[in-house]
Amino acid sequence: MTGISVAFGGVKALTDVSLTVEPGQVHGLIGPNGAGKTTMFNVACGLVRPTEGRITWRGGELRRLRPDQLAKLGIARTLQGVGLFPGLTVLENVMVGAHKHARAGFLSALLAIPTADKDEARLRERALGALAELDAEEYAGRYPGSLPYPVQKRVALARALVAEPELLLLDEPASGLSEDEMRELGELIQHLSGRMSVLLVEHHMDLVMRVCDQITVLDSGQQIAAGTPEQVQNDPAVTEAYLGDAVDAEADAAELAATDGGTQRG
Amino acid sequence: MSDLQTPASAAGAATSDAPVSATAASNASSAQATGGRTFLPRNTLLRHLLVLVLCAVGAVVLLESTDLGFNAQIGYVAYYAIAAGGLTVLTGLNGQISLGHGALMAVGGYTTALMLDAEEPLPLVVIFLAAVALTSLVGAVVGVAAARLHGPYLAGATLALAVGLPGLALYFKETLGGEQGLTVSSPDRPEWFTEAIRTLSGGSPSGVKWIAYISVACLLITYFLLANLMRSRVGRTWRAVRDQEVAAELAGISLGTWRVVAFVVSAAAAGLAGAVLALVVRLTAPTAFTIVLSLSLLTAIVIGGLGSLFGALVGSVLLVFLPRLLRDAGESLDMDAAQAAEISYVVYGVILVVVMLFAPAGLVGSIRLALLRSRARRSARG
Repeated sequence: MTGISVAFGGVKALTDVSLTVEPGQVHGLIGPNGAGKTTMFNVACGLVRPTEGRITWRGGELRRLRPDQLAKLGIARTLQGVGLFPGLTVLENVMVGAHKHARAGFLSALLAIPTADKDEARLRERALGALAELDAEEYAGRYPGSLPYPVQKRVALARALVAEPELLLLDEPASGLSEDEMRELGELIQHLSGRMSVLLVEHHMDLVMRVCDQITVLDSGQQIAAGTPEQVQNDPAVTEAYLGDAVDAEADAAELAATDGGTQRG
Repeated sequence: MSDLQTPASAAGAATSDAPVSATAASNASSAQATGGRTFLPRNTLLRHLLVLVLCAVGAVVLLESTDLGFNAQIGYVAYYAIAAGGLTVLTGLNGQISLGHGALMAVGGYTTALMLDAEEPLPLVVIFLAAVALTSLVGAVVGVAAARLHGPYLAGATLALAVGLPGLALYFKETLGGEQGLTVSSPDRPEWFTEAIRTLSGGSPSGVKWIAYISVACLLITYFLLANLMRSRVGRTWRAVRDQEVAAELAGISLGTWRVVAFVVSAAAAGLAGAVLALVVRLTAPTAFTIVLSLSLLTAIVIGGLGSLFGALVGSVLLVFLPRLLRDAGESLDMDAAQAAEISYVVYGVILVVVMLFAPAGLVGSIRLALLRSRARRSARG
């Protein structure tokens, strides 16, 4: 993504931001609240059209594509909350995630031709596989509303993974998780990076610093730093952005300082 | 239609393992839960065919053990249930509301009336297929507009369809018969049918009986096809679009396309319902396809339980028989016919309100919720 700018009416949400997610890498996107992280994310998955800038995907330029078309090209994302379908079982939720792998068409479904059944069985296998990978197989027949929040998040992740995307966009996957669950998540993300690229928006700095290969830092819609975790941590502009925005980002700053080992303070 | 589903969500919240925001009835799972016990075959086609055959046998027994007057009423139930089945797919599964299905039925009805009126009418199957095709086409046009609208706006747009379309009959007086409408000529009764009925029950077959059989056959075929769709990937995708638009889109589902498909399927059912109505009522007139018809269909699916074909059928049966039963009850209490008819509507309305108060997920939906609840309790204990 090169030179992305987004303006909502007169409000500039992003100004000339560029980032590249290399194949097989985990790329972190951080910044204080309101920095434009989520907007950048929405541009990447097609929910928001950039006012300026180009998005290149596997050597070709993406223009004016809707999220469902991007999904078919191999870009999957999780939502900030959970965003599961409340009226579908966990298994069905994940099967919807495998939508682009479905082969049986409308007519075979209408006439219940056995090939449609076979296709369904195939999707079910895939979905159960994705659930097993996230240790959520036992919940397959339950409805999301009856499950604890961390399990719902795992199911949402399974729904994104089952599509076997080449780029996985994770929007605050650690929110609401305990320390242990967060550690597991970190291991999972590192494990996944062997199969796909990951773009991660996250508030928990220790997680970001641990799993990311590259980090882009945004503040007020501007890109203020980019590089490896070490480079970013040692960048004075980053510390200032976090400390300067004291009211909203006190917690973030504290965490950043903590992972710094206190060397950057002052 | 989240506003249509709120009563159900209140009911669902009380359970520990029931869907939260959608109607329980509409959650005919497309994926069998692991280790589900069932006596029916796993293969969808075999399972649905088995149910289809059983229902067909049941219908023949019902039609042959009752008198002609009742046979005729079955015809009414059939066309209501066909249209309600289509509407429950649209509203219950895909979350779109339509106040215009009465008008879509008019398209099917008038097509049938006109084609039967020809010198040498085509075979009935062809006529019905034409009615379905034409209504689907109209449904596709409306569906493209509807896919962009939500909630009250969609209700408004389809309401305009309900009010406007029957007016065409007044405009094209020459062909569509204006206010008086078109009388529908009865289709010829084939020899084999006469023979079959003679050997089956020894009764004398009549035109009414023939039409009752056609209606029931149409109903069964429609429900067979709709059930196939609901249990398949198609049904699951519709429910996903209904529950969480953004998440569905991110999963690669084109919202617009699937909404239009739902509208077309639903319109096709309405077209067939209109065709059956034309045969049963033997008249297609603007007064038969008013907004009242559209609202009756919505009432039927809500009373029965949104998103459930069985619910749509139950709702249609109630819609046809409840007012008549009440009128008869009134007359047996020494009221005169006019009084009984008036009172029956009041009681009918009260019954509908009471059902919605105590079974907010509809009759079928509430029963299903209760089952889910008891199962959840049992599994919590075990």
